[in-house]
Amino acid sequence: MSAVGGGGLGGVGAGAFLAELEEQPAPQQTTRRRGRPRIWRVVILTAAVIFFLGPLVASAKYSLIQQNGKYGFSNYSQILSNGDLRRSLFTSLEIAGLTAFIVVSLMLPTVVLVRLRMPKLTLLLEGVTILPIVVPPIVIASGLAQLQGSAPSWMISLWFNHPLTALTPIYVVLAMPFSYRAIDTGVRAIDLRTLVDASRSLGASWFSTMIRVILPNVETAVLGAAFLTIALCLGEVVIATIMLYITLPVELIQVGASNPGVSVGLSLISILFVFLLLFLLSFLAGRRRGSTSVRVI
Amino acid sequence: MLPFTVYILIFLGLPLYEVVHGAFTTDAGQFTWHNFSTIFSESQYWNPLKNSLILSAWTASVGAFFGTWLAAAVVAGKPGGMLRRVVSSGSGVLAYFAGVPLAFAFIATLGRSSTAGGGVLTGLLKHIGVDLYAHGFNIASMFGVGLAYVYFQIPLMVILITPALEGLRPQWHEAAQSLGASRVRYLRHVAVPVMAPAFIGSLLILFGNAFSAYATALALVGAAIPLVPASINDAINGNVLVNQDRIALALGVEMILVVMIIMVGYWLVQRRARRWLQ
Repeated sequence: MSAVGGGGLGGVGAGAFLAELEEQPAPQQTTRRRGRPRIWRVVILTAAVIFFLGPLVASAKYSLIQQNGKYGFSNYSQILSNGDLRRSLFTSLEIAGLTAFIVVSLMLPTVVLVRLRMPKLTLLLEGVTILPIVVPPIVIASGLAQLQGSAPSWMISLWFNHPLTALTPIYVVLAMPFSYRAIDTGVRAIDLRTLVDASRSLGASWFSTMIRVILPNVETAVLGAAFLTIALCLGEVVIATIMLYITLPVELIQVGASNPGVSVGLSLISILFVFLLLFLLSFLAGRRRGSTSVRVI
Repeated sequence: MLPFTVYILIFLGLPLYEVVHGAFTTDAGQFTWHNFSTIFSESQYWNPLKNSLILSAWTASVGAFFGTWLAAAVVAGKPGGMLRRVVSSGSGVLAYFAGVPLAFAFIATLGRSSTAGGGVLTGLLKHIGVDLYAHGFNIASMFGVGLAYVYFQIPLMVILITPALEGLRPQWHEAAQSLGASRVRYLRHVAVPVMAPAFIGSLLILFGNAFSAYATALALVGAAIPLVPASINDAINGNVLVNQDRIALALGVEMILVVMIIMVGYWLVQRRARRWLQ
């Protein structure tokens, strides 16, 4: 009788233990059989390479054809010499940097606080951060345009007068769905309570705990959130167009109407730049754990 | 928590309030259904909705189908290998960033051929005797835009479905095999049922993604394309008729409703998906 009971309990214990093990971010199964590459994989991967690299190769060729029909780098030198284009590029980079900074300094403390003190709010936070997906950018833009039309003048001069102050706060909101999830995943993976208790009991302030204890431990997650935010800011065009701010993609479209070669060249560069950013991220992430992809949902 | 709440209320709540409030009021500020009765009665506003739904449906289906195959081909490889990294970063670029640059890459590939160059592939095909544009293809058409959408739908599917594919345990396959199941039976009775909720969920996300996307279409065609985001753009700018602000806001509410229905569906499916796949 007692033996059966003990066995039952042992079974439950082992089961719980197993479940716990499986909950871990997981040592990948190494038992997956490997051998000669199977034919269907080769076919799919080849097709994918052609399908996805084709337009990039075509862009490279297209951008090297000058307006006089000969091959050369004039489209690329125009990227540098075109003042409007350069200005829009700097505007976008400024917005991207500032947005990434605000995203991290807003989301990290919020996530830490909710995990530590108010776990009941987790569900609410998940719901709120998913909202920007439910509300398409064009709809946010129409709301902002409406606001722009009816806002008092102090708000106009404080908020809408410069692309940096107008777009940055909105892009922070647009970045929330993935920045929240990236940072939350990172924070969940560390032993938050122990770290904070240790730091606080040694007399560190909240600020220095955040900067010197938590931040280094969730570095990868924070970088992931920041890089994806930068990618989003460099690519976002709908809201900027509606609100009549000249950011990089907006200027790309304008230049493209008269001189598509220049736009194609700069598009190619920006795609490669963002690719390198995310590729670098995959190495940083790989250093810690297996999973490299950051999911929006 | 307080800074976050205040931030959300101002920068998400305020524009959202403007949209919903404006859609239900007249210029004098009185409650009205008029804006909605307009967008649901005039074909000028019906057609874009229909087009948007059709475009989202077919690009989501195509993207989900090929994205799953591509993800399966990648997952079968070494975890943490170079192939994984390249595909994961490449998918990220195309799915989250590429709107306008993608449109230009597309113009460089399939644009109408002209004396000053034109699309590379268009030119190549013309060279061997296939004139795409003579056969009715146009990059600035609904089909052309859809084709460009597929370039970000497939990568998004790869990102969404990869965790589910990784969750398929080799043990299940081995168990099925040792019980005498063939590969087809394993797929039919184990892999497909386990994957189905995750697949349908991802399909829904792809649908919503295409439905709310506008950047690629804007760069390829401009405001002339009959999709819902474009008609919102038109109405805000008064391109077709002046004083259509509130119509734009009503269309905005319509878009939010569509995406909300999709997200509720996603949430329902996701609950089932969690049963087997963590």
